[in-house]
Amino acid sequence: MNWLAEFFGDAANWSGPDGIPVRLLEHLEFSAISLLLAALVAVPLGLGIGHTGRGALPVLLSANAARALPTLGLLVLIVLLMGVGTDVPVLIPLVALAVPPILVNTYEGIRGVDPDLRDAAYGMGLRGRQVLGRVLVPVALPLILLGLRVAAIQVVSTATVAAYVGLGGLGRFIVDGLATKDFPRTLGGAVLVALLALAVQLVFTLVQRLVVSPGVSGSRAVR
Amino acid sequence: MITFDGVTKRYADGTVAVDDLSLEAPTGEITVLVGPSGCGKTTSLRMINRMIDATEGRVLIDGVDVRTVDPPTLRRGIGYVIQQAGLFPHRKIVDNVATVPHLLGWDRRKARARAMELLERVGLDPGLAGRYPFQLSGGQQQRVGVARALAADPPVLLMDEPFSAVDPVVRASLQEELLRLQAEFTKTIVFVTHDIDEAVKLGDRVAVLRVGGRMAQLADPATLLARPADDFVAEFLGRDRGIRRLSFVSGEGLRLRTDLTAPASAEVSSVRGTAAPWLAVVDADDRPLGWVRVGELPESGTLADVRLAPYGTFVRGRDSLRGALDATLLSPSGNAIAVDDSGRVRGVLTRETLEEALRQAAGGAGGARA
Ligand SMILES: Nc1ncnc2c1ncn2[C@@H]1O[C@H](COP(=O)(O)OP(=O)(O)OP(=O)(O)O)[C@@H](O)[C@H]1O
Ligand SMILES: [Mg+2]
Repeated sequence: MNWLAEFFGDAANWSGPDGIPVRLLEHLEFSAISLLLAALVAVPLGLGIGHTGRGALPVLLSANAARALPTLGLLVLIVLLMGVGTDVPVLIPLVALAVPPILVNTYEGIRGVDPDLRDAAYGMGLRGRQVLGRVLVPVALPLILLGLRVAAIQVVSTATVAAYVGLGGLGRFIVDGLATKDFPRTLGGAVLVALLALAVQLVFTLVQRLVVSPGVSGSRAVR
Repeated sequence: MITFDGVTKRYADGTVAVDDLSLEAPTGEITVLVGPSGCGKTTSLRMINRMIDATEGRVLIDGVDVRTVDPPTLRRGIGYVIQQAGLFPHRKIVDNVATVPHLLGWDRRKARARAMELLERVGLDPGLAGRYPFQLSGGQQQRVGVARALAADPPVLLMDEPFSAVDPVVRASLQEELLRLQAEFTKTIVFVTHDIDEAVKLGDRVAVLRVGGRMAQLADPATLLARPADDFVAEFLGRDRGIRRLSFVSGEGLRLRTDLTAPASAEVSSVRGTAAPWLAVVDADDRPLGWVRVGELPESGTLADVRLAPYGTFVRGRDSLRGALDATLLSPSGNAIAVDDSGRVRGVLTRETLEEALRQAAGGAGGARA
């Protein structure tokens, strides 16, 4: 506990290019960009294969294979190939990490919509796009958001690896702390990452409340 | 009018679901497709709104081949009600009902007003409009399904076992509601069910299909019950066919006796000499009170003091022969009391008269089988 007090109590840790606010912003930046890129790829892809059923198998297989990629290993490889200097090396493994949960949950969400409902939508005269946008997505939204949340938490936790290749983020505290045997620093960094993950969880819970129809969340609660 | 012209549907796996079906569903009538599970009812129905396309033959709506119309456009002009209602869970009831008007580009306020109006027409409390589907009972959801199908006032309505998932009491009220709506809106309805009683109750015409998707018989309900085309149809119609058929024989012409009633105020002595064994006792307002057995009258007093036997009534001019028969079975006298729409006694139907009418009805069944 006093290690934590030592780290968070030190005013020097709260300012400057190596202070908590800056590191936090860097961390958030890597995470947000990675998540956004992953969502831009995985959500449309998941919607597409879920809606049409076409190409589902190869896509899902590669998504699962991507899950097995070691993030740190990938990062080191990319740095060796591209060198450091930009954020790109750290974004690639984080995107690779975030895509599978988003993709798989989006796909499952769309697939899992009651076929009678899909049928009724077509029967009313909705076109394919309208069925997807006006019926399937709103109904599948809880699962799609779940995928995004899982991905976000994984990304936020894993973005610490950026520090291993000399980039910023909260990982700096952990890595530098270890290197200099400054354990309060390491612990403080770890706690910040954990808090951030909690905050992400909270944000997604709020978003879910706001965007999921009570008709969908309510009926789930009843079952 | 909807026309099936030599329609065959062969699924990709080779299953022939519908085989050379030719059928006309006249404008403004309810045509029921009925038959055992897997006989191709749903397939036939869905070829009308192109949820399925025929392999051979044509389906025409008012002479236009449905294959020449883009499916979403076609479907917006055809109401479609399915078994599980298929309401959109994320939308409020009123928005569910306004789905098609919305697709057709009606302005928002007009679509909502129309939706509210329809909710009332199908017998739903407008207070439910702001709820979500999961907050409604199965029967209520089904009513919303019907309202949604009617929202854009399509001339054609397709209904696929719309009432089969609700309990018998709710089903009966939904059926009544449909007949009432039909009297009001006069749509061309194709209704699918596997329940022959429902078919006979709702249909102006009933098409019985057999497995393999071939037509076994097409007839109005009375004819169907009286003269099933073959063993398959007779068996499908089930037991009690004779009694059920009476629902379609009018009770209008039944001869009534007016000399078998007596007011409750009458003295016992004044009716003791009646030749008939039973008298129907009525109150000052001509409403039935019960039967009294002439042979068991007390020494004195008025009929009001006598213990009366139970009675059954049928409404003259509205109830069928089945209703009259039912009324006779409810009374130990074996006679039925005929009343008018306001419940006033018009006369008495004796067992003898009824038996004669039943014999005639049976004669009308022609070559029907036992
Ligand atoms: N997509 C399909 N592929 C292959 N065969 C099918 C398909 N849909 C239906 N069938 C078959 O076609 C036949 C008719 O099916 P259909 O759904 O029209 O029957 P139904 O009369 O509506 O039956 P039910 O009363 O059980 O609803 C059945 O043998 C069914 O197994
Ligand atoms: Mg069916």
